[in-house]
Amino acid sequence: MITRRTALMGAAIAAMMIATPALADDLNLPRERVELVAPPFVHPHEQATKSGPKIMEFKLTIREKEVVIDDAGTKMQAMTFNGTMPAPMMVVHEGDYVELTLVNPETNTMPHNIDFHAATGGLGGGALTHVNPGEQTVLRFKATRPGVFVYHCAPEGMIPWHVVSGMHGTVMVLPRDGLKNAEGKPLHYDRIYYVGENEFYIPKDENGKYKTYDSPGEAFADTTEVMRKLIPTHVVFNGKVGALTGKNAMTAKVGETVMIVHSQANRDTRPHLIGGHGDYVWETGKFNNPPEKDLETWFVRGGSAGAALYTFRQPGVYAYVNHNLIEAAELGATAHFKVEGEWNNDLMKQVVPPGPIPPAKSSAIDAKVLTR
Amino acid sequence: MLLAMKLKAALAVAALASPLAVTAVTPRDAAPPEQALTALKAENFPYRLAGDFSREGKPVAAPLRQMRLGSSLGIMTRQVTAAEYARCVEDGGCPRIPQASTAEGMPMVGVNWRDATAYARWMTKTTGKLHRLPTDEEWVFAAAERASDDALPLAGVADPVAAWIARYDAETSRERPAVLAPQPVGAFGRNERGLQDVAGNVWEWTDTCFVRHDLEPSGDVRVTNTNCGVRVVQGAHRAYMTDFIRDPRSGGCAAGVPPANLGFRLVVEQERWPELRRMAERIADKVLKSL
Repeated sequence: MITRRTALMGAAIAAMMIATPALADDLNLPRERVELVAPPFVHPHEQATKSGPKIMEFKLTIREKEVVIDDAGTKMQAMTFNGTMPAPMMVVHEGDYVELTLVNPETNTMPHNIDFHAATGGLGGGALTHVNPGEQTVLRFKATRPGVFVYHCAPEGMIPWHVVSGMHGTVMVLPRDGLKNAEGKPLHYDRIYYVGENEFYIPKDENGKYKTYDSPGEAFADTTEVMRKLIPTHVVFNGKVGALTGKNAMTAKVGETVMIVHSQANRDTRPHLIGGHGDYVWETGKFNNPPEKDLETWFVRGGSAGAALYTFRQPGVYAYVNHNLIEAAELGATAHFKVEGEWNNDLMKQVVPPGPIPPAKSSAIDAKVLTR
Repeated sequence: MLLAMKLKAALAVAALASPLAVTAVTPRDAAPPEQALTALKAENFPYRLAGDFSREGKPVAAPLRQMRLGSSLGIMTRQVTAAEYARCVEDGGCPRIPQASTAEGMPMVGVNWRDATAYARWMTKTTGKLHRLPTDEEWVFAAAERASDDALPLAGVADPVAAWIARYDAETSRERPAVLAPQPVGAFGRNERGLQDVAGNVWEWTDTCFVRHDLEPSGDVRVTNTNCGVRVVQGAHRAYMTDFIRDPRSGGCAAGVPPANLGFRLVVEQERWPELRRMAERIADKVLKSL
């Protein structure tokens, strides 16, 4: 898929930008190697830091693999960073350098690369990171803007296909002194979850059954045809219908503040916590803008990530959905939170449980019932 | 309440009267499907009541009762097959279901309560024998060791939120059938009463409506609401399903494992008008008691 023209262009750009390899060492900054973890979890990190800028080292290994994306056993030839959908979240602080080793093992069938929305220049790194099966590359960029930013694979000629096959994740660049509300008061979280939303376009046969393929390449033509109609067959969190429900439901306790980062690399979405709110929401995901308060639903533009802080006030089961409810209930975009703690009757009380409608007698009695 | 009972009785009589009018018409050349029946003699069995139960406004587990059906039960040994349903469709008795299989030897799936009821009506008409969906009690009796007691961990948990989370955990940790696609008749073996494929991966419609009950301090059960737009479906676990649903699923606020497929088997009455006999028996019983 790499044409002669793009290969030459890539080489030219690379020659321009590599400069002297010694420059990396010229930075003379402390280095920190971070082990990434599978979403919805996020690797340990400081929310505010007193230390100076560092070079933060990450490694992503590209895995092409067949995955099951729903309870009916529908299979997809996925392309992933590190084997998960979404790809892991990387957390750094403003002014840090992100240094990524991108590995494309020989067992893969396709060239890949990476475009960081948090990075400046070089197509977000896409121009410098084309790796064929059996190659690896190292890219470093400076995290100059605080916020949550999508990264994704962007190989020439098949960008959308790689993205809707699973290749996207998020970088979170925290302000060095941490998050703040509009008045400058510090905000912090007790837990953080990363919810990556993907939509899939699985081709069907003449009987309406989902088709399976032996490799990503074989799925390409049919999948593209479905993609061009823009109607996904699945809209999921964490790579599979129901991936964040039941045993894998996210958890919290009453009184805990939870940060929920939500990304969608391709298509608009609208997260909503059923029974809860967004206390502080960076809808566009960029921390130099004051967070909005008390939101019911927030809008995450395709190709971006948003961040919401919420302190749970009531125990129970919460559904966290894409509030296009057709996508939530029919196509899969539903997660659950299990929250333990004491019920607060002041916030909500079942005054009269469901039961027979009492016979209407007089308006006086009705008024009494209403004010009881 | 009394008026409602009278109305129900009148409706039941009306429902019974209608097949009488049509059975006079000779069925078309399509011979009705021959379905092997299993005859079960009435005996005691444990039965967890269906529906919602609460005490003083708080949800509680449904009572477990010892039951005995009023008479012996004739129930289809296997589920109605795709080919059998197709004959009902051909004959104009059942709704045509898009993309439904018509295969011999495969259970009919993707049917809602109305489709299943239409099939029962058609069978009654073509055979002259009353065919109907089983009640939940009848299904549990016939399912025997394969009926699941769906008591959820509500009782004994003092904290309603803990109970809610426990119920969520129980519902979401139910085992999914290993295979979701319908399997050939007999694939799930026989239960101890000789019925095939009970609680396999096809759930079966029953005629039992969703009922909300109040458990009174006296121990009496008081029905507070009956919703016949929702019926009990039975299989590896009991579920409540809106009568027009053909393809159950969970999602959004709904948690848990939905039935994999919806199908049915029917009860066949040996008498023409068992309901009339039972009604007469009930009336006679009441009259006797009131003496």
